[in-house]
Amino acid sequence: MDPLSRYDTLVDDPTAFHAACKRPLPSVVRVNEIKATPGRVQRAFEEAGVEFEPVGWHNGLFRLGADESPGNSWPFVHGWVYGQEEVSTVPAIALDPQPGERVLDCCAAPGSKTTQLAARMNDRGLLVGNDNNLGRLSALRSNAERCGVTNLIVTRQDARNFSLKSFSQTPFDRVLVDVPCSCEGTVRKNPDAVESWSLDHVEGIAGVQKGILGRSLEVTRPGGTVVYSTCTFAPEENEAVLQHAIENHDCELVAFDLSLRSVPGVTEWNGETYDDSMRRAKRIYPHHNDTGGFFCAKLEVGQ
Amino acid sequence: MSAENDGGRFDRLPATAEDRSVEGRPTRTEVIGWWTDRFGLKPELFESYTFWEKGAGKIWIFAADLESPAAVEGLGMTFLRARQEHWKPTTDAVQRFGRAAERNVVVLEEADAKAFLHGETTDPAWDGDWGYLIAAHEIAGGIEPIGVGLYLYGELRSQMPKGRQREF
Repeated sequence: MDPLSRYDTLVDDPTAFHAACKRPLPSVVRVNEIKATPGRVQRAFEEAGVEFEPVGWHNGLFRLGADESPGNSWPFVHGWVYGQEEVSTVPAIALDPQPGERVLDCCAAPGSKTTQLAARMNDRGLLVGNDNNLGRLSALRSNAERCGVTNLIVTRQDARNFSLKSFSQTPFDRVLVDVPCSCEGTVRKNPDAVESWSLDHVEGIAGVQKGILGRSLEVTRPGGTVVYSTCTFAPEENEAVLQHAIENHDCELVAFDLSLRSVPGVTEWNGETYDDSMRRAKRIYPHHNDTGGFFCAKLEVGQ
Repeated sequence: MSAENDGGRFDRLPATAEDRSVEGRPTRTEVIGWWTDRFGLKPELFESYTFWEKGAGKIWIFAADLESPAAVEGLGMTFLRARQEHWKPTTDAVQRFGRAAERNVVVLEEADAKAFLHGETTDPAWDGDWGYLIAAHEIAGGIEPIGVGLYLYGELRSQMPKGRQREF
């Protein structure tokens, strides 16, 4: 049985949901505004005969034609574009970091969201990109370098015990918590995510997610912002993790705007009930915008 | 007795020679001076950055500041290879800061630009300085740096790192 069938009671149109999950995903690039503008990238694509179309809800994204390979073009070489799925741009938009702030991306590699955060900060302020895997860190470094990011500090720590020792013990203004997950929402580009699915894995990784989110809330200043995101549908890895956070830390879910179609987080799942504020989180299903699946919530730390 | 460079951590560069405690370590003034002399960039461009050494002669540029020394995996971007006779800018730094350069920029024809990107030696028309140049090309209505070329004896040797070379 398809593990994704367990979500048939959550989605409005299960048939459309399953059909979308079986379609391949178009290749999308994000314009890196540290080095280029959407207009200049568009002109470079036109000059090179690259097939592309703008993405309606975000003026820095282009969907590429089926035969285009984003890594093999001048805009990629110049660091003007980064291959990044549409839904994966959501958490940095929700976090909304400002130039000059102190920002942590606690599970940063390979760096699509980190480089997006740097661009939204105008490459000003202090951005920490952390990961615990050396190989993935080297990908983060090289992606950040290609994008021309100069405000990034790369660290290698377990995000569940992230230490502020290198940062004068000063907490962050904003933290992005884009945790490792069961990746169900990436099934359109990676069918393995569903083939190797097990409830044990979902429950195991949920424990890690609770640890990472908890520590992230602790290293955020009072009144600061934390964004929690996954590329999975399982409420065990989404609302249940947030429920654990609001019960154990001084924080609350807050609303945020997004021009991509989404539905509210759930307040009930498999006999569990969650706080009503879960409705402020956003679930993004593949059949609503022809994208991957995603989950994103914005939290504010108590004063 | 002066301290030695520790390759496992980042140390902020001394502002000037008088502030230097590690022998042979380039100063902030020298590093900025090299870039502004070589490429005609304005010193103000680098005013708000801090500069660091990790590994002998490997200079990094960082948009913020941190306590020195810093035991982190990466700090900003690699900027310059110093502590040798001829200082050499990095591909990343040339791509990031080279657009504002006013001299020592060789603009390649498209065929040469592609060969350069592939790591090949080319022989573009050039009657300027020898040494490290910014290799650039025209794209989307402007001149864009590709990487670092070493110009010697009438030819331009591409310094594109292996991992950044492409063929298309």
